[in-house]
Amino acid sequence: MTVQVDARGFSCPQPTMLVAQAIDQGEFPIEVLVDTVTSRENVARMAKSRGLKVETEDLGGEFKLTLTQA
Amino acid sequence: MRERLSWFFASRWGIILTGAIIGIVATVLQKLGNPKNMGICVACFERDIAGALGLHRVATVQYIRPEIIGFVLGSTLAALVFGEFKARAGSAPIVRFLLGVFAMIGALTFLGCPWRANLRLAGGDFTAIPALIGLAAGISIGVWFLKQGYTLGRTQKTYPSVGWIMPAIMLGMFLLLIFRPTFSEGGPIFFSESGPGSLHAPLLISLIAGLLVGFLAQRTRFCTVGAIRDVILMRDTHLISGVGALLVAAFVMNLLLGQFNPGVTAQPVAHSNHLWNFLGMVLAGLSYTLAGGCPGRQLFLSGEGDGDAAVFVLGMIIGAGISHNFALAAKPDAMVDGVLKVGGLTPFGMGAVILGIVVALVFGFTMRQKTN
Repeated sequence: MTVQVDARGFSCPQPTMLVAQAIDQGEFPIEVLVDTVTSRENVARMAKSRGLKVETEDLGGEFKLTLTQA
Repeated sequence: MRERLSWFFASRWGIILTGAIIGIVATVLQKLGNPKNMGICVACFERDIAGALGLHRVATVQYIRPEIIGFVLGSTLAALVFGEFKARAGSAPIVRFLLGVFAMIGALTFLGCPWRANLRLAGGDFTAIPALIGLAAGISIGVWFLKQGYTLGRTQKTYPSVGWIMPAIMLGMFLLLIFRPTFSEGGPIFFSESGPGSLHAPLLISLIAGLLVGFLAQRTRFCTVGAIRDVILMRDTHLISGVGALLVAAFVMNLLLGQFNPGVTAQPVAHSNHLWNFLGMVLAGLSYTLAGGCPGRQLFLSGEGDGDAAVFVLGMIIGAGISHNFALAAKPDAMVDGVLKVGGLTPFGMGAVILGIVVALVFGFTMRQKTN
């Protein structure tokens, strides 16, 4: 089942922390919603540093990141 | 082209380049007239702006610093060019305001923000060491609260006009700087004739330097507090590599420009009361962490449409007024007839730092929610 993380409206470091917690749960894929480019970059960088594959979708002012195990 | 640039700015080399440029720009601004070890200081420069507006009346620290105007407008420019300007607001504004006030009280206890702490160290002022340890300690406390679920809550997307308020205020500041009106006899706008406020690089150079730093910092998310926070919180060394580059670049430049003067006492606009240097930065570090970023980062965010960061910035400017009006700001060391007079705080200043730490702790303990 897809894990959903809604990090919209939060400023750093909270989006990254929320996603890190979800990753620690070990269930994939994880879908993350963020609403700033900064959060998109930070979450993607953290996920990649943990060896995950990141796909990004632009939803028009918001972004959906899908994290899967490589 | 834009995408490739974005990729570069988001990379480790992007943040390192930005940190190095800030270190070079700051030391060159000092060479061109800015106060010693204060080529760039967000807290000190906002304090000077507060003075110019008459929010405090300390005659030696009054100047509308073009660097601050440049930081905000450079960030606005970068955000517009890269399609990131986004008006947002509504996340605990009164808390952010108070955190801004107390962050400034803490900063003026040490006489500098985290940027200046690094620049002071790079200039050989070793009183910056207890301050940087205090900063890390304050950030550590903030990180502990973050791990406990501390949050200021979600911000909301809002009308574009809200995002333009801070850039508009800075344009207004620029007009006041250029035309230097006097609003009443003996009244503002004030410009220092002696002391640190009278020391400044040429206006246009300061403005361009500010615009350059604002542009780069918006792209790279440069943040001196996030740097330490991310290392403690996630072992992430991305941001701190930028701060490290700032420190190294400023140190090398100071050596080249003959601005490196190692010592512990009577350093420029600094005091050697180590306990209060430490505690002041504990308060500042905690306040910045609870508010989400260092004073520079708050300026850059306010430039890209973040109304919450703008409230923090206004809190810092008002905090500078409070700090000087109520004699909370530290006095620097002074040499009187060849004898060192160690500076530091009045009892009021000490009380304000303690009060600030208590208030920040209350925010930390009471503003928590389950994060899942």
